[in-house]
Amino acid sequence: MSELVDRGGQEVVGVSRIEGPILVIENAGNLGYDEVVEVIDSTGHMRRGRILEVSEKMAVIQIFSGTTGLSIDGTKVRITGSTLKIPVAEEMLGRVFDGLGTPIDGGPVPLTNHFADINGQPINPTSRVYPRDYIQTGISVIDGMNSLVMGQKLPLFSGAGLPHDQLAAQIVRQATLGAPAGESAKHAEDFAIVFAAMGVKHDVANYFKNSFAESGALARVAMFLNLADDPPVERLITPRAALTLAEYLAFEKGMHVLVVLTDMTNYCEALRQISNIRGEVPSRKGYPGYLYSDLASMYERTGRVKTSKGSITQIPILTMPNDDITHPVPDLTGYITEGQIVLGRTLYQHGIYPPISILPSLSRLMKDGIGEGQTREDHPHLMAQLYAAYAHVQDVRSLASVIGEEELGEVDQQYLAFGKAFEGKYISQSFTENRNIEQTLNIGWDLLGLLPKEELTRVSLAEIDKYYKGM
Amino acid sequence: MSERIGTVKWINGPVIRAEGSRQVGMMELVEVGEEHLIGEVIGLNGDIITIQVYEETSGMHPGAPVFGTGLPLSVELGPGLLRSIFDGIQRPLPIIEMRTGSFISRGVHLTPLYRKDRWEFTPVMKEGTVVTGGEVIGTVPETPSIEHRVMIPPDISGTVTWVAPAKSYTIVEPIARVKTADGEKELTMLQRWPIRRLRPYKTRLDQSIPLITGQRVLDTFFPLGKGGAAAIPGGFGAGKTVTQHSIAKYADAQVVIYIGCGERGNEMTEVLQEFPELIDPRSGHPLMERTVLIANTSNMPVAAREASVYTGITIAEYYRDMGYHVALMADSTSRWAEALREVSGRLEEMPAEEGYPAYLAARLAEFYERAGYVRTLSGEEGSVSIIGAVSPPGGDFSEPVTQHTKRFIRCFWALDKSLASARHFPSINWLDSYSEYLDDVAPWWHKATDQNWIGMRNKAMELLSEESRLSQIVKLVGPDALPDEQRLVLETSRLLREGFLQQNAMDTIDAYSTVQKQIGMLALMLYFHDRAHDIIKMGATISVIHKLPVVDTLIRMKTQIPNDKLSMIDEIHEAINAQMTQLEADYK
Ligand SMILES: Nc1ncnc2c1ncn2[C@@H]1O[C@H](COP(=O)(O)OP(=O)(O)OP(=O)(O)O)[C@@H](O)[C@H]1O
Ligand SMILES: [Mg+2]
Repeated sequence: MSELVDRGGQEVVGVSRIEGPILVIENAGNLGYDEVVEVIDSTGHMRRGRILEVSEKMAVIQIFSGTTGLSIDGTKVRITGSTLKIPVAEEMLGRVFDGLGTPIDGGPVPLTNHFADINGQPINPTSRVYPRDYIQTGISVIDGMNSLVMGQKLPLFSGAGLPHDQLAAQIVRQATLGAPAGESAKHAEDFAIVFAAMGVKHDVANYFKNSFAESGALARVAMFLNLADDPPVERLITPRAALTLAEYLAFEKGMHVLVVLTDMTNYCEALRQISNIRGEVPSRKGYPGYLYSDLASMYERTGRVKTSKGSITQIPILTMPNDDITHPVPDLTGYITEGQIVLGRTLYQHGIYPPISILPSLSRLMKDGIGEGQTREDHPHLMAQLYAAYAHVQDVRSLASVIGEEELGEVDQQYLAFGKAFEGKYISQSFTENRNIEQTLNIGWDLLGLLPKEELTRVSLAEIDKYYKGM
Repeated sequence: MSERIGTVKWINGPVIRAEGSRQVGMMELVEVGEEHLIGEVIGLNGDIITIQVYEETSGMHPGAPVFGTGLPLSVELGPGLLRSIFDGIQRPLPIIEMRTGSFISRGVHLTPLYRKDRWEFTPVMKEGTVVTGGEVIGTVPETPSIEHRVMIPPDISGTVTWVAPAKSYTIVEPIARVKTADGEKELTMLQRWPIRRLRPYKTRLDQSIPLITGQRVLDTFFPLGKGGAAAIPGGFGAGKTVTQHSIAKYADAQVVIYIGCGERGNEMTEVLQEFPELIDPRSGHPLMERTVLIANTSNMPVAAREASVYTGITIAEYYRDMGYHVALMADSTSRWAEALREVSGRLEEMPAEEGYPAYLAARLAEFYERAGYVRTLSGEEGSVSIIGAVSPPGGDFSEPVTQHTKRFIRCFWALDKSLASARHFPSINWLDSYSEYLDDVAPWWHKATDQNWIGMRNKAMELLSEESRLSQIVKLVGPDALPDEQRLVLETSRLLREGFLQQNAMDTIDAYSTVQKQIGMLALMLYFHDRAHDIIKMGATISVIHKLPVVDTLIRMKTQIPNDKLSMIDEIHEAINAQMTQLEADYK
């Protein structure tokens, strides 16, 4: 430890190469891997960077705000002897920060002596509490078919131009701790919201800001903004800074925190850029082989732990390049998160909001968050039945497109009617409509009434007796 | 034990290079920096030592010291393994929690097995016995489910000069002494074994006994032999983990090793919270009593992820050597392969396919070859079965890890995204999957059930592949264009898919089927088919068949018939018979 302190403040010179956001310096023997350095240009202006690789003879430094204006001669590197840390405090709620966690709302720097490493530390699996409490979002497709659970990481997979921002804003606005159908939540507690923007446009950031303001949530929101015209390298820090604050609020202050990260695709592109400049061996589409581990180091900072009553729920948003779900960014995200909500262009073109594609969407933690005592006893089977029926609708539709609707058998015709009604009444709801869980479940049964009883093999006979409304 | 052997020169994530002693051995365990972070030597070139470090290297700087241990990276073996959860290099996670709280800090040095617990040791060997490695010296009731057999280490032979009397001992107290060619050796219950070296056995035996998993599509359609190796490839959300969890719960293995390799923290927590509560249907004791968990989740250091599968397989072999049947699950082997790739990339090795190092196939082969049904050194039979999840990018099976894995396994359980989207679980595609153990295990099934299992299984597969052919036609012309005989194939296949292949892991009755229930259900569906076929030949239409009440019964029976009420199968058989006989009367 003492050695770290000793090195702090030392300065080294000898820049040998500058390329993109990367600076290579010689004779760097005293720098530590992953540490922060202060880089001072010939005019005395300071910017910060981080060590990516270091040997006795050289160090590779990634400069957060870019290398514009840096020269080979005249640039000095000052050692801090510490990895990147940000201040964390409850007072940061209601505030706006840049991508590195510095206030940009004109307010003062948070007054605290609590600094936390932005990389955090892995949660010990034995210390976790398995998430089981569902969050009612008031959106049927989510609550009924893909429930969100407190402590879950559930991303939105979207595409350019689709209304993922509205959907995220609606979720954040309507989210409350769930209660069994017909009851109201025992303790209504507001979520603290940590919002991180990576490379999104100004209007997107403003949209969220306004939406938080309208719902009166602004005082509970901390915003970390790295916008489209901000330095891309900073983006690699932004979500980590946001999650560092979220961890503090959740696990030290016992709050329930919703974290919205947008847009993860921009984050990944920044990572790819750095990797390519460094000449690393790429895996798919030029992304580095460690993209999975890198994403996991953020997504896994979600959940609940035994020592705190708080929780972190993550809703990362990403746009799928070309709407391609097999693209490395959605693909690796799906491999880490606990499900995904997928937005679909076809539904959107049919004017359906929220345009959530049911079949590829999934919530893995749903099974323990729903059913008797949590939502209603019929919920698990009802959702499986709706899934099976709607999956069959797709087959019938493609058959109808070949042989014509009139040629379909009676049951298949009923499936078509079910499909249409499902999209119109279940999936579709307005941006301001907030349905409680009972409403959502009942709409489901109304729709199943369009199908003959014999088709409903996923629900039990007792459930059919109790809820089925068909002939 | 550790002396300074070198000085750090270069740091790049988990890989560092140091300059120093030429005495250091490949794969030697070393400690790096003032915090003594654990690492392993993975390359030597002159006096440059390349090390992969099993902990975060943030803040480390050139000039930091490297210490040698003279030992290879090893696991500790002995009583106390069962019921434990370790990280990838066998550090006990609950003790780390006691030391550093809910978050794992680095530089924590802990022994894997707790030294102070006392274990009831009963000797089974007399003084004066001439012994070789693997022979059992004494036993310890490690958990209510498993008797731990303390063995002479594989590389020791000689004459037993002393055995401790029956009493409780800690794992570091002597329990025997053996006079060997190089002097007298004192043995304790605690032994070590290098994780990258396979433990010896006498011979390999055939894999003719199936590992019964209670999962119908696996046991009946694509069985795995005990001592065999299977892969479950599938895109995200296809059902790899749920299937592996189900196998860990219900497989008729005596010991289960579950490795969470680069996957989610919550999934390990789920096992940790569930297994102590769940009762093993065979032993009657909580599942945790037979389980060892290894958790190196995706956010834990990547090099330790690479080690985790070796840590797991070495522990598996150890219980095999006691004469147990062990099932090992690795979720996911792709994350392990990626860890290899990441380390290889930082070493700037020449990549082969998709950035993976050229030795990927060799590593996979080495790992899967450690599965086997063997005659142990002490003459017992024991086995290690490996079930590896594979996570192909984009769900595309043509990628290197899936392709190479296929060469070393004999059972391929292909998960299918479109089945998973339609919530057909387990989403194992019956046309793309295969088992090369069918003929090996057929005699076992015939003996266990007294029925023509392979014949029935093949008949059902025939129906399903006929269905797939017919549904191509249906897609073009609709089902009505098919003759009723073919529509019956579609109807029976629907029964097979929904009533047999689909199995809900969350349903208390459906989650696990005994072999008797499996074969009983299958027989009913085929019986239904045969009877219906005859009646259609007599002129009945498919819609008459479809409306029979027993169709619904057949689809629902998986959740209606508990494993201990198989008499219900006979009742359904009767119902089919009655309803069909009545129909027959109409068409005579
Ligand atoms: N046998 C089953 N019964 C019921 N549901 C299942 C079954 N298998 C899978 N599922 C459902 O599918 C979801 C995803 O399964 P699982 O977590 O096993 O996927 P995976 O293949 O391991 O994905 P990943 O690669 O991302 O880890 C589960 O959360 C569950 O909802
Ligand atoms: Mg999984």
